[in-house]
Amino acid sequence: MITTISRVDAPATTPPPRDRFWTTRRRDELTGWLFIAPQLAGTVVFVLVPLLLVGWYSLHEWNVLADSFTFVGAQNYRALAQDPKIGGVLRASALFSAGLVVVNLSLALLLAVLLNQRLRGTTVFRVLFFSPVVVSLVAWTIVWRFMLQNNGGINDLLAAVGVTGPNWLRSGGTAMAAVIVVQTFKNVGLNMVLFLAALQGVPRELYEAARTDGASAWTVFRRITLPLISPTVLLTSIITVVGSLQVFAQIAVLTEGGPGTSTTVLVYYLYQQAFQFHAFGYGATLSMLLFAIVLALTVLQWRMRRRWVFHES
Amino acid sequence: MSRRAKILVYAALSVLCVPFVFPTWWMVTSSFKPNADIFSARLWPRHLSLQPWHDVFTLQPFARQYANSLYIALLVTAGTMVVASMAGYAFARIRFRGQNILFVVVLTGLLIPSEVTIVPLFRMFNAAGLIDTHWPLILVPIFGAPSVLATFIMRQFFITLPGELEEAARLDGLGRAGTFRRVALPLARPALGAVAIFTFLHSWNLYLEPIVFLSTKTKFTLPQALTQFTDAYQGPLWNVQLSAASMTAIPVLIVFVLAQRHFIEGLAQTGLKG
Repeated sequence: MITTISRVDAPATTPPPRDRFWTTRRRDELTGWLFIAPQLAGTVVFVLVPLLLVGWYSLHEWNVLADSFTFVGAQNYRALAQDPKIGGVLRASALFSAGLVVVNLSLALLLAVLLNQRLRGTTVFRVLFFSPVVVSLVAWTIVWRFMLQNNGGINDLLAAVGVTGPNWLRSGGTAMAAVIVVQTFKNVGLNMVLFLAALQGVPRELYEAARTDGASAWTVFRRITLPLISPTVLLTSIITVVGSLQVFAQIAVLTEGGPGTSTTVLVYYLYQQAFQFHAFGYGATLSMLLFAIVLALTVLQWRMRRRWVFHES
Repeated sequence: MSRRAKILVYAALSVLCVPFVFPTWWMVTSSFKPNADIFSARLWPRHLSLQPWHDVFTLQPFARQYANSLYIALLVTAGTMVVASMAGYAFARIRFRGQNILFVVVLTGLLIPSEVTIVPLFRMFNAAGLIDTHWPLILVPIFGAPSVLATFIMRQFFITLPGELEEAARLDGLGRAGTFRRVALPLARPALGAVAIFTFLHSWNLYLEPIVFLSTKTKFTLPQALTQFTDAYQGPLWNVQLSAASMTAIPVLIVFVLAQRHFIEGLAQTGLKG
């Protein structure tokens, strides 16, 4: 026992120095570098260098088909400001993000509150609500595309109750709504689980105290539950917005940006410009715009995370 | 809670369940309908037709595409677990010069969505002659932005390990690498599980990257192949698409149901940190 303690107190003697140069410190130094080397190299090669290149490309007129690559300064950015489509694209992106946050978070909160009643069998419901998260994204989107056809399952269902449904994916207003709803059902399970964890962190005594004071269930929810889980609400809304800016497969499979440009969000427009119209320079400019938006939102997220001390491990 | 309230909660849960469960049911049952019958509003097909499930394999090299997706996802998962656990361990437990600044450098990977860098990545892989190969779908996730999230998760886990464990390993004569492999890694199983689930699903779902990098049908991955079952007028062959979609989704769903707690906790954790 005593020997153990003395050995711990004198770590310099263990392990015995085999070599004057390779001290434990130097060994650690080298091991640390070797351990992070693959990740560091990967980040530099596949993230940082491409990011610099995006900035560089955005200053060029670059058409792959014509094999031309000329420095044009800020011309792409001027083109961006004058692009007659960009207003519609940004509006579609904003509409999608805002719609998704509202629909997704309300539904997530509703599901979490229902599951938090701790009735028997809620585990089963939790699994069912979460299951679309693990279903392949394109598979999920194909089924919904199938159901949202003019003569598809959803309009059949509506017809059964005497309603003539619209051609969901082909009319301006409903296409965006459809994309938002499909995306919500796909991923709402994640936010639901985060809300459920937050709800379970609300002390039971608070509820009981409020109930004794004669508060209604709605008042308790609005005055006690909601304020206490507000950090989670903010965090999930930012995570959801940042995620919504990256939506691509859903748009590509459901609407291809249509009808018109009503569901052409920024990433889809970027893909069209770069890989369908082969305007790589302009595509890079759009990438910079996307990066600026995501960066601003992420900075906001980190600042909020610091302000509302969230239980992080 | 009163009996009435309980019934109300159960009723609400059951109704809300429908849009989550019904699409999967509809996908599987409609995949057995003949194309003429595809839009019939029957919960169960009138005639079970195995033709669509057969067509999946004759219209496209689907078995090959399935194997592509599977081997890429497994390779990416294994590679990410190695890269991320090593980097996460070093950032959490080893002291070396430049540690903090390098951690910030790596974390930039979380800030930059892959959609932003797709144009230069295409150019770089083109210059390397690796367009229409699987390399971009393997290398970028293992070493690039997607694994940064995994590294972050692993670091957050390793930070919580008590220092005494490493001290004990050191006294037993284990070096740093030995301590990592024999002591820290076995304890990190929950975090590694979360990383594995998240990484596999990420690779399995990848869509933008395959359609940008791949052009030969035998090299396609599943998400890309699913939408390619079309008739001569580019209209979707619904029953074939739905059979292929079922084959893509059902195995993962089965694993999910068997290990649902790990999936839900792991994915919620990665979702939060991301």
